[in-house]
Amino acid sequence: MNMLRVALLSTVLCSLGLQAQTVIQGAGATFPYPLYSKWISEYRKVNPQVNINYQSIGSGGGIKQITERTVDFGATDAPMSGSEMAKVKGTLYHIPMTLGAVVVAYNVPGVSAGLKLTPETLAGIFLGQITTWNDPKLASQNPGVKLPASPITVAYRTDGSGTTAVFTEYLAKVSVDWKSKVGAGKSVKFPVGLGAKGNEGVTGMVKSTPGAIGYLEMAYAKQNNLAVAAIRNKNGKFVVPTPEGVTSAATGNDIPNDLYLSITDGSGAKDYPISSFSYILVYQDQQDGTKGKVLADFLWWATHDGQKFAAALDYAPLPTKDMLPKIEAKLRTLKAAGQQLLKK
Amino acid sequence: MENFRWRKNKDILARWLCLGMVVLAIVPLASVLFDLTIKGFGGLNWAFFTEMPKPVGESGGGMANAFAGSAILVGLSCAFGIPVGVLGGVYLAEFGENALGKAVRFAADVMSGVPSITVGIFVYTVIVLSMRRFSAIAGGVALAILMLPTVMRTTEELLRLVPDTLREAGLALGIPKWRVILGVVLRTGAPGIATGIMLAVARAAGETAPLLFTAFGSNFLALKLDQPVGSLPVQIYTYAVSPYEEWHRQAWAAALSLVLLVLILNILARVLTRQPGKQGR
Amino acid sequence: MNELSTPETDPTHSWLVRLWRAFIHGREVNGPDRIFRIVTAVFAATAIVTLGAMAWIMFKESIPAMKQFGWRFISGVDWDPVQDSFGALPYIFGTVVSSLLALVLAVPVALGIAIYLAELAPTWLRRPLGFLVELLAAIPSVIYGLWGVFVLSPWLRDSIQPFFAKAFGWTPFFEGTPRGFGMMAGVLILAIMILPTIASVSRDVLEAVPNSIREGALALGTTRWEMVRKAVLPCAKSGVVGAVILGLGRALGETMAVTMVIGNRADISFSLFSPSHTLASVLANEYAEASGDIYHASLMEIA
Repeated sequence: MNMLRVALLSTVLCSLGLQAQTVIQGAGATFPYPLYSKWISEYRKVNPQVNINYQSIGSGGGIKQITERTVDFGATDAPMSGSEMAKVKGTLYHIPMTLGAVVVAYNVPGVSAGLKLTPETLAGIFLGQITTWNDPKLASQNPGVKLPASPITVAYRTDGSGTTAVFTEYLAKVSVDWKSKVGAGKSVKFPVGLGAKGNEGVTGMVKSTPGAIGYLEMAYAKQNNLAVAAIRNKNGKFVVPTPEGVTSAATGNDIPNDLYLSITDGSGAKDYPISSFSYILVYQDQQDGTKGKVLADFLWWATHDGQKFAAALDYAPLPTKDMLPKIEAKLRTLKAAGQQLLKK
Repeated sequence: MENFRWRKNKDILARWLCLGMVVLAIVPLASVLFDLTIKGFGGLNWAFFTEMPKPVGESGGGMANAFAGSAILVGLSCAFGIPVGVLGGVYLAEFGENALGKAVRFAADVMSGVPSITVGIFVYTVIVLSMRRFSAIAGGVALAILMLPTVMRTTEELLRLVPDTLREAGLALGIPKWRVILGVVLRTGAPGIATGIMLAVARAAGETAPLLFTAFGSNFLALKLDQPVGSLPVQIYTYAVSPYEEWHRQAWAAALSLVLLVLILNILARVLTRQPGKQGR
Repeated sequence: MNELSTPETDPTHSWLVRLWRAFIHGREVNGPDRIFRIVTAVFAATAIVTLGAMAWIMFKESIPAMKQFGWRFISGVDWDPVQDSFGALPYIFGTVVSSLLALVLAVPVALGIAIYLAELAPTWLRRPLGFLVELLAAIPSVIYGLWGVFVLSPWLRDSIQPFFAKAFGWTPFFEGTPRGFGMMAGVLILAIMILPTIASVSRDVLEAVPNSIREGALALGTTRWEMVRKAVLPCAKSGVVGAVILGLGRALGETMAVTMVIGNRADISFSLFSPSHTLASVLANEYAEASGDIYHASLMEIA
């Protein structure tokens, strides 16, 4: 029975440890994970008493877990749908944290850059209508690019994903076929391809599979040196994904009071068409005053000081002009037991 | 009667075939161990055991969170699983010749066949949702449920091996039955039971699936029992499917440490009982 | 076990009554003994309660899906969260096929090892080799998965599958693009994982066969192999079958390693190259984030 004693003792010791730290639990989108993990480590330098644990399990997971209140905040790229909102008890805020692009990354031997895709060919590839890299539709748009005769392997997300939601929302906007056959959502039934879990998984699959094409967050493509395609936008220009293209897509929109809006398929000349906000989900009414205060402070920091880390990781900072005041107003209404949490 | 030479040849052929099978099996298994050692060894250093993970894409950092988390989870699962398993096993061996005993034995056998991920979902529904948070406790309970059938049935089998004469001698001295069982019978069977427990712990320490929805994961040193904690197997899984070289390297190192841990537990179990070949699964 | 416990054999009562009687009545003469017996009985009953609760929760949570889909859930091939339409056949197919194929690969090899270890190997080799096999049975599955992702599937993609595609590309079993991830990798990983389990249990079974049987056979003038084949194996048959079932159980319920290599796609295909999915791997992939009610319930029914 010695083992038992050791086990009990260690249990007791563990429960005594580190009471002074405040721990915040979050879970959700993989799309902004590189940025969030950077924020968390930077914020610890500002405020060492705070531990934020963010698990990137996908936007669908973030929504489910915040709805069931197993975490303190959730994160998603696609705003929650009406039926998802209906299940939430209490007022749940969408706070925009950053902007990013969903890029179409490919791994074609011999083509290290320069692939151009129109919305139609992109939909064709993901619908399984275009199956080889030297298909005439692809070749005619890419004169001068030597496309091999090898088959195309589509890589997609198996988990409920905001990246998928943004990507399919875009495809449904530009392709009637896609809208009727597949539709838009966080998990859809892809007609062709291989599934992988998380942005991490799709990145890994594209990287390791010659002939693969997949959609993922820009930062993942950059960090792993994957080639990304230029997409033709509504204005008729081919745009390579950059933070500037995303910022361009986000400007000039009217910002609604609930703070969520779609910025795919923008009409500006520089707009990258598959751009999206990424949100953190928090309850207006926090159950735990201490944690609520820490969380509100962190969100304030992230939407202000934290924005300077965005560009280095290929995210676009939030538009300061009309968006930020609205976010600030919203953060000020966060409360616990009737008390306002932020004193700014 | 078949030709003698033909029978002799068949015998030799069959022997070589069996030896061939051994070699055939050893190739992939040795490859697993070989790759593990080669790729994992480079990642093992002091920082790996003592530091926290760095933000995504930055190099360096370690897995102290996962080591601490695994220790907590295994400790908790022992605290829950061992008393229940051992005392349950005592019941089966000493009082279990009845309907209840049969039902328990059946339940334990079915439980050992339940996929571990189902256990994870069960614990998520029952504990995580009612506590409103992922927690080390939930992870510990899930692992304890997985350990329970093994510990219970091993205890029962080993207590049955204790000769009745020992019980009778104790009772004849006027010692109450419960003291005979605890002081004499259980003590006699203790080394064997410890082996069973070690093997169950080794198994639990390597489980990933039930932890995904219970202990969840954590990127810093979380030592509170009502908070999510990281663990080695989950960390290996997350790192392995990620696209970062640095994480792959760490996943191998973590895998190597996990295997070493399991190896040590197994050898300990072996040393405790000199009786060979009682492992089961 | 011993004469102090009462076998409850009165056939006039239902099993529930007998269960209760077993719980309450004993033949103790003093209080502490009774308390001790009841305490241990409560701990033992935990197993039943846990299992019952598990079954009940799985059942309760999957009611919406059962109502909505009925038997179609088992036979349907569509898994489309957008339309809220769920059929589990691809997963069932993936699970059964991968497990059976893995058994086909693993059983002969495992038996060969067991026979070698129990009957043929020189004595000095038996213990270390046997220990090695048992050790391999204890390696956590996530580690096999890790190995599968980084070593096995690239190897399959670059050297094995192109060969099969060239040689047997005309059969439906080897069509499609070799990608490494997929059914073939899943089957191989499963086979490697269950091999030590089956081998070590069957070895134990073979060793339990009494020596007199071996001696009897040898005395009749059989060769070593005939002795194994005609005397030892028939004796150990039921135990060996048990070992195989144990291996099958492990393969069916295996989650992590398979999730990592199988490709995760809900299609039914006969090609060993095509990605597939198993019941357990869809749970690992989708459970934490299934947000719709029906979606959730469907996953529960799988479990």
